[in-house]
Amino acid sequence: MNAARTAATAARVLRQLRHDPRSIALMLLVPVLMLTLLRFVFDGSPRTFDSIGASLLGIFPLITMFLVTSIATLRERTSGTLERLLAMPLGKGDLIAGYALAFGAVAVVQSLLATGLALWVLGLDVVGSPWLLLLVALLDALLGTALGLFVSAFAASEFQAVQFMPAVIFPQLLLCGLFAARATMHPVLEGISDALPMSYAVDGMTQVLTHTDMTADFVRDAVIVAACALLVLALGAATLRRRTP
Amino acid sequence: MMNKQAGEEPAAAVHAHGLTVRRGTGRTPRTVIDDIAFDVPRGRITGLLGPSGCGKSTLLRAIVGTQAHVTGTLDVLGRPAGHPDLRSRIGYVTQAPSVYDDLTVRQNLDYFAAILDPGRAAAIRRADAVDRAITDVDLTSRAGALAGNLSGGQRSRVSLAVALLGTPELLVLDEPTVGLDPVLRRDLWNLFHDIAATRGATILVSSHVMDEAERCHDLLLMREGRILAQDTPDALRTRTHSATVEEGFLRLVDEARALPAQEQTR
Repeated sequence: MNAARTAATAARVLRQLRHDPRSIALMLLVPVLMLTLLRFVFDGSPRTFDSIGASLLGIFPLITMFLVTSIATLRERTSGTLERLLAMPLGKGDLIAGYALAFGAVAVVQSLLATGLALWVLGLDVVGSPWLLLLVALLDALLGTALGLFVSAFAASEFQAVQFMPAVIFPQLLLCGLFAARATMHPVLEGISDALPMSYAVDGMTQVLTHTDMTADFVRDAVIVAACALLVLALGAATLRRRTP
Repeated sequence: MMNKQAGEEPAAAVHAHGLTVRRGTGRTPRTVIDDIAFDVPRGRITGLLGPSGCGKSTLLRAIVGTQAHVTGTLDVLGRPAGHPDLRSRIGYVTQAPSVYDDLTVRQNLDYFAAILDPGRAAAIRRADAVDRAITDVDLTSRAGALAGNLSGGQRSRVSLAVALLGTPELLVLDEPTVGLDPVLRRDLWNLFHDIAATRGATILVSSHVMDEAERCHDLLLMREGRILAQDTPDALRTRTHSATVEEGFLRLVDEARALPAQEQTR
């Protein structure tokens, strides 16, 4: 690992993004618009908006970063730039950390906007600190980046990469406790949901929603999400081969 | 096959012996390169010529160290191909331009330069290297343009400029002049000769266009995963009693065709 090469890679990814203002707008505005929409969908039951809204603050960065990273790394593979980079003195860790840093930075901006809007404009009622919401959002973004990087190795085209979104994200979305409390699910599904990282992301958000200070459960949830992100990032690194058939 | 003084000279930039490459992820990988031996002399321009699909790109990938399933001996600049030390000493241009379409020419070069020569202390050296590479490929007027908005020939020159960064000892160029107009092609060949002469770099350049052979110091003629001949253009023409390298190549192909037929009937 080399800090200068990692930083150069992160700067390059952000520079690429800067040439694509429409993508930036979509990444930043879609969560804001969806939260606003949700607020008025649950106009009559603000309690429901509180719980679903808080969960979504964690889910948006995960989905966005998953999509963006899987397409970006796939492009890197198909355009030959990955082969060129790996024929150069660039560590795989540098490349992956560069991507994680760049998209992490975008996720921070995205989460700041979404969290700020939810708390102070839409009246999302959170008992805990907004900073903890932001922390979970950032960890979720990292997890999304990690998952995107990993699945891009199994996609031969952008068409396939996009299909991985429902395949990888939707089951987690259904089982994470957003639609029904995890404890009320069929025991088999509850077991599966215990094994999926998004469940802990949503649990973490719920902890912040209902507790004034950082609970032990929150710490456990945050650690699990972070550990999953690191694990999947390492798996993603293993899919980058210097020598290809 | 190896009639020149090429032999076992350790000074060779690339030395291959019993080199075989299999490609394909299926259960039956194809043998793309079949037990070949050759040497690429240092400080000269060696042309790797042969028809499309004969294994040129695979051989170049093996030399650069990005090709899997390589067996036999393949030494590059005194190290086994793919050795980490080689990564900063080889410049490699893939057949399709491998640059970021959503970055400008200069931003592309800035990034790759930062990978080759990282750190803030090297910033000035890097800026110089980037300027020189842009000038080398004659893209100064397009330095601020997005690579994706350039013509095909300009994009491949950006790709070439990336390979020129960091003054590599060995330049591996996979069909760098395909699709370029005659003037540009001549300019690039002049650049290659200039790089070999003034920077002492070894250049290994592939092409399926035989008239480019005349511009090389040495030739490796390849067909169906085998080396047909290693020679200078002059010696090859003389030996095959041909007026052009293309004619000589065709003669060698006919000879090679006749040989396996005899072997099979045995």
